[in-house]
Amino acid sequence: MNRLSQLGVIVLVLGAWQVAAATGQLGAVPTPLVVAGAVLGLVLDGSGWGPLAETLASWFISLLLAVVIGVIIGFPLGVSRVTYRMSVVTLDFLRTIPALVFVPLVVLLYGAGLQSTILLAFFGAVWAMVMQTIYGARDLDPVARDTFRSFGVRRWDTVTRLLLPTALPYMATGVRLAAAICLLISISAQIVIPAGGFGEQIVVHQLSGALPEMFAYIVLCGVLGMAIDSTFRWFERSVLAWHPSHRKVSS
Amino acid sequence: MTQRITRFLLPAIVPALLVALWWMASAGSTSIFFPPLAKIWQRFHELWIFDLVGEHVVSSLNSVLIGLGISIVLGVGLGIVLGLNDAIATAVGPLLQFMRYLPAVAMLPLAIQLMGIGPDMRVLIVVLGALWPVLLNTVDGVRGVHPALVDVAKSNRLRPIDWVVRVVVPSASPQIFAGIRASLAVSVILMFASELMGASQGIGYFILETQRQFSLPEMWSGMILLGVIGYLLNVILLLVERFALDWHRESRS
Amino acid sequence: MQSISTPILEADGIGKSFGDNQVLSDVTFSVAKGQFVCIVGPSGTGKTTLLRALSGLGPANSGEVRVNGRVVVQPPAELAVVFQDYSRSLMPWMKVGKNVELPLRRLGLSREERRKRVEQALRDVDLGHAEELYPWQMSGGMQQRAAIARSLAYRPEILIMDEPFASVDAQTRADLEDLMLDIRDRLGVSIVLVTHDIEEAVYLGDKVIVLSGRPASVAASVEIPLGTGRDQIETKSRPAYLELRAEIHRMIMRKSDTVAPQRAPR
Repeated sequence: MNRLSQLGVIVLVLGAWQVAAATGQLGAVPTPLVVAGAVLGLVLDGSGWGPLAETLASWFISLLLAVVIGVIIGFPLGVSRVTYRMSVVTLDFLRTIPALVFVPLVVLLYGAGLQSTILLAFFGAVWAMVMQTIYGARDLDPVARDTFRSFGVRRWDTVTRLLLPTALPYMATGVRLAAAICLLISISAQIVIPAGGFGEQIVVHQLSGALPEMFAYIVLCGVLGMAIDSTFRWFERSVLAWHPSHRKVSS
Repeated sequence: MTQRITRFLLPAIVPALLVALWWMASAGSTSIFFPPLAKIWQRFHELWIFDLVGEHVVSSLNSVLIGLGISIVLGVGLGIVLGLNDAIATAVGPLLQFMRYLPAVAMLPLAIQLMGIGPDMRVLIVVLGALWPVLLNTVDGVRGVHPALVDVAKSNRLRPIDWVVRVVVPSASPQIFAGIRASLAVSVILMFASELMGASQGIGYFILETQRQFSLPEMWSGMILLGVIGYLLNVILLLVERFALDWHRESRS
Repeated sequence: MQSISTPILEADGIGKSFGDNQVLSDVTFSVAKGQFVCIVGPSGTGKTTLLRALSGLGPANSGEVRVNGRVVVQPPAELAVVFQDYSRSLMPWMKVGKNVELPLRRLGLSREERRKRVEQALRDVDLGHAEELYPWQMSGGMQQRAAIARSLAYRPEILIMDEPFASVDAQTRADLEDLMLDIRDRLGVSIVLVTHDIEEAVYLGDKVIVLSGRPASVAASVEIPLGTGRDQIETKSRPAYLELRAEIHRMIMRKSDTVAPQRAPR
């Protein structure tokens, strides 16, 4: 029943779009059937795979950097009250800077390529990872910590058996948020610079007037975003399965 | 007393250190990309206090505030309607999720073609991206009203209007504010992106122009200005939230 | 107070199941005007389910509930409910006065009349000073008083209470029990109170309905002839009180031990 109504809404919207576009209500916007044909074309003739690889490369490398560096910065800041309070204002400032503001600078420094989009996406995403790691490290249960202390558990074991398991669910959330940001910034940077991948294809096809292909790439961006998000949600749930505790999610 | 001093001083140490470090490290810089901070500051002072504010800052703030305002009104309004109707919310769920994942920047080329490079186009792009976080959070918040409150409302036979205005909306407001915060971040990004691609005004346009002329100190001054504006908007929103959600913070401590 | 007038609330053969799990079977009893009826039974006997059926929040599958002779299909106007979870049933974003006023808004009263009723209700529960406080600034006992005041402001004929004192400390609980007796005496409302505590049921009730078995039904309906003007110490040391307490205790034990497995679901 739910599935049916969901499908119905999608069909309805697509139908309305089809009718509106076919009768010329939307100007140059192509009908969904034409766009679907263009998507199919991109997949079949192989011209879509190269841009996909470029977008995924930028996404993956920037995500990897954001996760590793986010944890390295976040953990020490989270475990101590003093370091946390010293850094919180700075972090709040840094994470409100829109990553794209560095577009003009990185283009001068590294040109219109993968390096630039990776740097921008990394800068946009690393703060989500830092913040979630800090939340995770700060969530340590004082009773559990005292228990560990009273048994004289070794320091290393305290880290691996207590700190890490406590922080892991938060970090999983951080990875999911960072994954979404990395993709969004990668594509956005590829559009405004333009610098390869799906983003550049959108600009190129718009400039050459190939609107069906342009919409096809926009739709593919949405599909990619959904696929990545649901993958990481699944990953997060499986990490959380053994840790059904409360957590701060800032989606 | 010492406690209060550390409370205000501690967070200020790191930013002060970072700025000092930047100042000293860049002092003798001959790199054109990283001009001395002293130089940037001098240009910042000349340009933004307050010569170009009217031309660029007002235009940028317009896009963000109008776009965000429309997104909040639409998002909260639609979100309440959807959140109160379980069947409809379920039915449009996948569609809304998909819309959220469409990068709004991707609509920029088309929007420019259809609407030109005016302020309307930039507001539209901001709304196209900023609508979803506040909308989806409102739906979640409304649907998440505790069953105990539903019982209270039913057994007291509250009027529908009292139920929505006095129970549902306040109960969902922490999540609505979380959505607005996310929408603000998106708004600033989209304002900037739309100014890079289609504007003759605004901070983004200024930064792009100075980059093209290799006027790096000016460019840096624009970047710093944008960072400060983004941060200030966030602080203002947090203050509003703090005021509006006073009960929420207190009832949890 | 135990005049046998026409019943204000009647439960007539109430049965309720969730899927295959039958919770209530043929529950029948009645409440007279001004009567204090306690429904007692061990945890998990479906007391809350019964209460939801009585108040029209969760209609029964079979049988019917009548208030003043009318069949209940949704929460009736004569009836107010006090929930167990007072911390959730009060809105944390409203001051106590506004919380109490909330259900009055639909009555079309003047602002002044609403204020008068709010003040009156708060005075009735000894919270006259608390109107401008937020719920989370008050103790648990005070919060439950505020929830009771909200129900009273509506001037209901029947007050239905679900384990209302389950999560307050013993002294507060005794105070609230006496408050409810006092409210019944002064305002003449009928009270139906659901509890798992036999002592509380006997101390408060004019009549105790013993709920037992699986699915639960009325194992006994015991009149409590302890009269009015009850006192926590004096009443609870009277032989009649102790005898009734022991008798109901035995009933619950026996019923749940032996009778339950034999009883076939209807």
